[in-house]
Amino acid sequence: MANDGVDKGRRRFLTATTAVVGGAGIAMAAVPFIRSWEPSAQAKTAGAPVEADISKLEAGQMVIYEWRGQPVWIIRRTRAQLDALAGLDSQLRDPKSSNTDQQPAFAQNEYRSLKPDVLVLVGLCTHLGCAPKLHAELKPEPFDADWKGGFFCPCHKSRFDMAGRVYSGVPAPTNLVVPPYRFIDDNHIVIGVSEGVA
Amino acid sequence: MANAFSRAVNGVQEWFNERAPSFGPFYRKHMTEYYAPKNFNIWYIFGVLAIVVLVNQIVTGIFLTMHFKPSAAEAFNSVEYIMRDVEWGWLIRYMHSTGASAFFVVVYIHMFRGIMYGSYKKPRELVWVLGMLIYLVLMAEAFLGYVLPWGQMSFWGAKVIISLFGAIPYIGGALTEWIMGDYLPSDATLNRFFALHVIALPLVLLLLVVLHIFALHEVGSNNPDGVEIKKGPKGNRWSDKAPADGIPFHPYFTVKDTFYTGFFLIICSFILFFEPTAGGWFLEHDNFIEANRLVTPEHIKPVWYYTPFYAMLRVVPDKLFGVIVMFGAILVLFFLPWLDRGKVKSWRYRGTGFRIALFVLGVCFVWLGKIGAGPGTDPVETIIGRILTALYFGFFAFLPAYTGLGWEKTKPVPERVTTHD
Repeated sequence: MANDGVDKGRRRFLTATTAVVGGAGIAMAAVPFIRSWEPSAQAKTAGAPVEADISKLEAGQMVIYEWRGQPVWIIRRTRAQLDALAGLDSQLRDPKSSNTDQQPAFAQNEYRSLKPDVLVLVGLCTHLGCAPKLHAELKPEPFDADWKGGFFCPCHKSRFDMAGRVYSGVPAPTNLVVPPYRFIDDNHIVIGVSEGVA
Repeated sequence: MANAFSRAVNGVQEWFNERAPSFGPFYRKHMTEYYAPKNFNIWYIFGVLAIVVLVNQIVTGIFLTMHFKPSAAEAFNSVEYIMRDVEWGWLIRYMHSTGASAFFVVVYIHMFRGIMYGSYKKPRELVWVLGMLIYLVLMAEAFLGYVLPWGQMSFWGAKVIISLFGAIPYIGGALTEWIMGDYLPSDATLNRFFALHVIALPLVLLLLVVLHIFALHEVGSNNPDGVEIKKGPKGNRWSDKAPADGIPFHPYFTVKDTFYTGFFLIICSFILFFEPTAGGWFLEHDNFIEANRLVTPEHIKPVWYYTPFYAMLRVVPDKLFGVIVMFGAILVLFFLPWLDRGKVKSWRYRGTGFRIALFVLGVCFVWLGKIGAGPGTDPVETIIGRILTALYFGFFAFLPAYTGLGWEKTKPVPERVTTHD
């Protein structure tokens, strides 16, 4: 230890290698901690996509599935119901589905659906989360003498048409939510995943 | 006897001095012999009061964790259990929840004081930035804490605030799921928020508070005249090296601060015993209903200390831009020491333009707070909110122009503090 000279090259090498190895080590070690915050296997299972069978669904009927704790409606609309939609635009708050939070991009169309007849909606009123009721037929109703079919929320009298679009002048601020979904084949829908989008 | 006692005390002191000779000088530098300007007024008690409230939050918080159950199934009932069945539990819980509001009252006044007297200016920029970091952590800490009782507003407030991160392009969706550990605020969310609220953020907060005080003691306190006492004459009754306009922290400010702390605690006790929820301002009514993911409360709104920023979020029509404006309103405060190019610190000697601008800033903040706490359905209020938001940011645009372009007509600043003998 009598050597007074400082080997700066050696010191730099040691510092640099320690910094590189240590930095890589910290980055690697951070991964498990960061990933531990992701939805756990349990949460993923509970929130997994749900497969729905609509082979027995007749025109004008509705089935309800549950996805991530929410009721999801699947409705096969009749020709008459579909034809009535276009004439309602002037009575609706958001007829063109401009609020992109309420549906995936694929459902931002006239019928708010992938296939015109099959409507998929989250069955919760966008006002306070009550369950609106399906009044599918085009006939006079107590709440609307010129009813074109749609949903009526018994809690605070919000009305939606057969595409889940909200009428003007009701408490609900936005259209009913369309969840992500895709067709496996003509008779099976997966709720919770979109085409291309996870 | 007295002799034996003082000999024992001296003995212990010597024992410590031999082993840790730096402890004594350290303690004197930061506590007893910290020389603070003698012209401090009532605005200068809020730093100490913030520490008092911080201690209150830590002590009551520790006792609350002894009864609280951080799970979605049990949290709400365990808080009700604390409120009804635990001996004096209601008081400890209210001391904590009302204490949070007291913290923000004190911190907001403390910050306003800093702007009034130019305490953020050179050489105290670091003190200001550290203080802003404390404020930021405090807001996060308060938000996490508000989620824990798992009431309606806990749940929906969490949902709204977390969904703000969803506005970030590309990563937004994945980020919100990462924060929640689920697809909606759930047991996993509550559990991790508890960990952050009780362990992680308090540690960060304490470290920042220590750094804030150390940074202050390096440069010394500002004062209502904005005069640097360290640049003035030296020598006073206690030390010939200390600033002539400074007096030792002990006994002068220990006595003053203790007196005002007593005053403050009496006011706090009154609120605690007679209006612990302040009519829904400190604890919202909806939070006395258990969280229900299927039923949205009529008006989702944060607690009063966030409402000025929440109002900005709401009056901006675009979600992402609204989020940027909201966080920008907080971020811009960090840069205050560099936006203000004026050399004169205290508003006593600053131009009329600055005084008016500061008054407008205060009005904007309070008024936006009122708008943010409302239902947000009035279109006229939305217009007013936008004007106020523009004026809020206007302060930070006006300041560099006003001071940098030499428009400010300042008054002469005295050589020494105005109350020197």
